[in-house]
Amino acid sequence: MYLVVEQLLNGLQFGLLLFLLAAGLTLVFGIMDFVNLAHGSLYMMGAYFAATFVAWTGSFVLGALLALGATLLLGIVLEYVALRHLYGRDHLDQVLATFGLILFFNDAVRLIWGPAGLALPLPAWLTVPVQIIPGVYYPAYRLMIILVALAVAAMLYLVVMRTRVGMLIRAGASNREMIGALGINIKLLFTLVFGLGAALAGLAGLMQAPILTVQIGMGENILILAFVIIVIGGIGSIRGAFMAAVFVGIIDTMGRAFLPDLLRKVLSGAAASTAAPALSSMLIYLLMAIILVLRPEGLFPAAKR
Amino acid sequence: MTPKLNASNAVAALLCAALVLLPVYSAVTGNIFILTLFTRIAIYALAAASLNLIMGYGGMMSFGHAAYLGIGGYAVGILAAEGIGSGFIQWPVALAVSALFALLIGALSLRTRGVYFIMITLAFAQMAYYVASALSRYGGDDGLTVYKRSDFAGLINLSDRTQFYYLCLGCLFGGLYLIWRIVNSRFGLVVQGVRSNEQRMQAIGFHANRYRLVCFVIAGTICGLAGALLANNTDFVSPAVMYWTRSGDLMVMVILGGMGSLFGPVVGAIVYLLLEELLSQFTEYSGLILGPVLLLIVLFARGGIMGLLGRMSRG
Repeated sequence: MYLVVEQLLNGLQFGLLLFLLAAGLTLVFGIMDFVNLAHGSLYMMGAYFAATFVAWTGSFVLGALLALGATLLLGIVLEYVALRHLYGRDHLDQVLATFGLILFFNDAVRLIWGPAGLALPLPAWLTVPVQIIPGVYYPAYRLMIILVALAVAAMLYLVVMRTRVGMLIRAGASNREMIGALGINIKLLFTLVFGLGAALAGLAGLMQAPILTVQIGMGENILILAFVIIVIGGIGSIRGAFMAAVFVGIIDTMGRAFLPDLLRKVLSGAAASTAAPALSSMLIYLLMAIILVLRPEGLFPAAKR
Repeated sequence: MTPKLNASNAVAALLCAALVLLPVYSAVTGNIFILTLFTRIAIYALAAASLNLIMGYGGMMSFGHAAYLGIGGYAVGILAAEGIGSGFIQWPVALAVSALFALLIGALSLRTRGVYFIMITLAFAQMAYYVASALSRYGGDDGLTVYKRSDFAGLINLSDRTQFYYLCLGCLFGGLYLIWRIVNSRFGLVVQGVRSNEQRMQAIGFHANRYRLVCFVIAGTICGLAGALLANNTDFVSPAVMYWTRSGDLMVMVILGGMGSLFGPVVGAIVYLLLEELLSQFTEYSGLILGPVLLLIVLFARGGIMGLLGRMSRG
């Protein structure tokens, strides 16, 4: 029972992390109609920046904040120099260009930080287990990820639904030309949204960094998961991305934790040990395929434009 | 339909001649490396050409095309590991399994459009990747070594460098000829019509999705052949062949060369793989140059290299 609670929390934590990544992706996708494969590179850069700045400053929080600022800046520069010229182009052109950026970032990281991965050690106050319900302990750091991600999600909701900028973002998502014609500086808005997405990706990367090693290519696997989420949730819908992210996080974690035992009850030992890892890795993709076959526009399609 | 003499056609003709004469150059100069490099290029060109059939002519943006490379390769590798070395069995099985997989995922994927189609094909390819990773009997994550190349009963010796090169080149030319015939047939015209306006084609009585599906299966089968060649070329097949970045590589080749042009993917494969090879010779960090080059091509050369040539010849 405790194991189930723990794995549920792990799933929630993973899902919320995926949400941070997917939120930026779905905003950029929904508003600028831009497929950004390099989003995973921003996630990786966030992690590398954090590992570097934490080592420099000696403080986890300060280093994390610096890394967040650096990723935001990187996103804005990237948008300003290259990507803004690709809005309105064919999706395939965008795929090709941002695929090129992945190659660039991977080798740039290898040049600067070397091919070996980095570790980002946690400060002592984040390594203690916390008692969440009597008898169940959970690592403080993972708990912090859940809280930070929830806070960011709430803030994102407030910004998008309750502020003027958010209103413009929503208007931009439903009709780009029209808000441009109404005299809104649409270029600035796009740069802002892209920067926001980059910062969210960076935040996800730097929070994930202490759990996994910081390494080249870390963004590629998780990028595909983020795409799966925005497709399941419906492109351009932040609410959909949130639901899908938590759903995917929990299914993936629970699948990996409990599927092997379940299979062993049905199949023979050898067959189960072959099938279980494949099936639990495939679970998410299987889910997406089923959802797309049944609902070709995702679960929560954003309003038609 | 007589081919006109323009820059694109001239480049295509020169390219074919150069590819055919390459082993002569290799034998005269003793440069073996170039022959092995171009064997690999010919195989990827075939895979890219098959992707071009659905992407360029059919408007189906598959982001999971590398799955067939793996399926074709694993068909050869697994049969070889089980002691069935004959190419007359291995290759038809590779083609049949690829076709079956394409039929299955095509029937499901073609219910979606646009970005959703890109993502669902990607999802299926990732599933294939994880299945291959779990085949512990056949190497799992580490991949499967093919100890003996396909045996064609003395008809052709795949271990001979030159013979294998000509086999790959023959498959490439055969594939291109097939695609050319398909594109210009009634069937191909319907598929291209569906790409430009699905509703209209549906309204005049064509079952749009059936045509799409058949086209999707043909492309997958051709790519399965490329996979069988690839496994023979590297004497090895691993799940990494099916990873999504490999599908990305194939897409890059098609777009780089020029989508919807017969020779575009061939040019794209040559330029992309040569660039990668050349850059890796004088720098460890080829991506630092290759990445921005791709970006610049997208920004300044719409329609890829063949598109650029087409504009040049029109003046």
